[in-house]
Amino acid sequence: MNRDLRAYWTSVLFGNRTSYGVVFTVVLYALLIAIGFVYLYPLLFMFVTSLKTPDDLLNPMVQWIPTEFYPGNYEKALRVLDYPAKLLASITVAAVPSVIQTAVCSVIGYGLARYNFPGKNLMIGLVLATFIIPAQSTVIPQMLTFKDLGLLGNLSSLVLPALAGQGFNSAIFILIFYQTFLALPKVLEEAARLDGASDLKIFLTVGLPAAAPSYIVAIIFSVVWYWNETYLTVIFLEGGIQTLPMQLSKFVQAYENLYPPGTVNVLDRLNEAVKLAGTFLNILPLLVMYFVMQRWFVESVERTGITGE
Amino acid sequence: MTQTSSLKRGEMRHSTREALTGYGFVAIWIIGFAIFTFAPLVQTFIYSLNQVTIESTGVSTEYVDWANYSRALFTDPTFVELLIGYAIETSVSLPIILIFSMIIALFLNLDFKGKGLFRTIFFLPVVITSGPVIRELTEQGATSTAGLAQVAAVADFLAELPRSVRSPVEYLLTSFILILWFSGVQILIYLSSLQKVDKSLYEAAAIDGASAWESFWKITLPSLTPTTLVIAIYTVITLSHFSENKVLKYIYDQTYAVEGGIGYASAMSFVYFGVLVVLLVVVYLFLNFQSRRAGK
Repeated sequence: MNRDLRAYWTSVLFGNRTSYGVVFTVVLYALLIAIGFVYLYPLLFMFVTSLKTPDDLLNPMVQWIPTEFYPGNYEKALRVLDYPAKLLASITVAAVPSVIQTAVCSVIGYGLARYNFPGKNLMIGLVLATFIIPAQSTVIPQMLTFKDLGLLGNLSSLVLPALAGQGFNSAIFILIFYQTFLALPKVLEEAARLDGASDLKIFLTVGLPAAAPSYIVAIIFSVVWYWNETYLTVIFLEGGIQTLPMQLSKFVQAYENLYPPGTVNVLDRLNEAVKLAGTFLNILPLLVMYFVMQRWFVESVERTGITGE
Repeated sequence: MTQTSSLKRGEMRHSTREALTGYGFVAIWIIGFAIFTFAPLVQTFIYSLNQVTIESTGVSTEYVDWANYSRALFTDPTFVELLIGYAIETSVSLPIILIFSMIIALFLNLDFKGKGLFRTIFFLPVVITSGPVIRELTEQGATSTAGLAQVAAVADFLAELPRSVRSPVEYLLTSFILILWFSGVQILIYLSSLQKVDKSLYEAAAIDGASAWESFWKITLPSLTPTTLVIAIYTVITLSHFSENKVLKYIYDQTYAVEGGIGYASAMSFVYFGVLVVLLVVVYLFLNFQSRRAGK
């Protein structure tokens, strides 16, 4: 009896075949919550600080809970960022090249996966190389060429490379589609071919539907990476299109244009709360997209089985 | 089937036809590679051997042999220092990112309530990590581990350390959260790789009396080895391409600086490219060696 009781408590505390046991569960949650807090700390810090009044900022007693709800920082940041216009620009800059890049990369990945041709392995090697080569080693001649063609400050300077499979991180998407189409059974393709379908038609009717999860992954990551990219967008789009991250990079300058330092009262000086409000507004659209799509985001990555082998 | 299709099309052999169709699918990439990657790469290399000045009529170049390279490596103290800093920071961050993302992926692969919430949290940085955002957060001190480096005792301790040890430790203390933030995609890849491990292996091991601990070392870890290699290489490349990288910022500034110029910046970008490749080779060889040794 005593031994049974001890065995029972042991299994409750330390688990058995069907459950992890109390000790392990508690440790697991404690660890995940602690790591999760450290992980989210910059975001929490940003959000809380962005709601602080100038008084709260100076008051060392106010750490995590602002004394009042103060939307003033956001009002300023919205004006400084010129939010609606820049948001629209950002959405365009992220969406248009992403859609094109995804479509093109899927075609290239399909060609690599389903056909044998001389030089195929060399090409896969070169695709990998395009991922390794730093943008710095190619960007200046590209920029000068676009300048000659009058495409600087124009969306085409991002669309054209994307159209040719040389967009931002295109190599990753080509490899994702390569893997996806490699896993597709040949039987389907052969059946369609017996029915007299052309290669293009086989791609559109057999390949494309089977790769739906990969398309979702590619579009999402592509949008995120184009949205966050500032190095290339500053070089290619400066003077023509301003995206939100570009505007954030020169937040101080834009702020002082709107609120010249000598002329405004102390409370309207630029402080970290306004800056962080601007930063938060910058990532807000992506946060919204992420929380709306996060089920797809996580599940489709699992379904495409990107393990990169 | 092969026979009939090749007969219908006349003389063309099946394999030739297949190759041509394949080229048809990838043609756009070959053209794009030539125009947008290969030609600019060659052009940048030519620039790096020249003194380049931009005039109203166009670009004028003056051949200077390897002067830009020797200046970058032997005369310019900032560039070499930044390069060394970059190499140190990358080699400090890499193991942390690998271990952290593997542990988180192992946790998230378990069955427990609220798994979805934690997944959402740990993938979040993937979405929001951009240069300007990180810069703002770092400037406001939101990314350091709560000012640990400012604590007097820690500062004193750091001051005692030799410089070569101090800089990686300081880097760790000030940007620990940032390093973790670069683990999002890595967690995702580990997770999908974990879900591909054959469940029946664990059952067979359990029947043979293996504990969960033994199963982890004998089944889970070996099956993650190829993934680890891919993730390591991906991590090194992402860290090296991140727009807040100090070397990249220096190269960018020098492009437009009076005393620098396009030629000098091009030479530095090639040196940087070389260092990146060396780092990748070292990581590849190291992990390959480790996994082989573990396999024995």
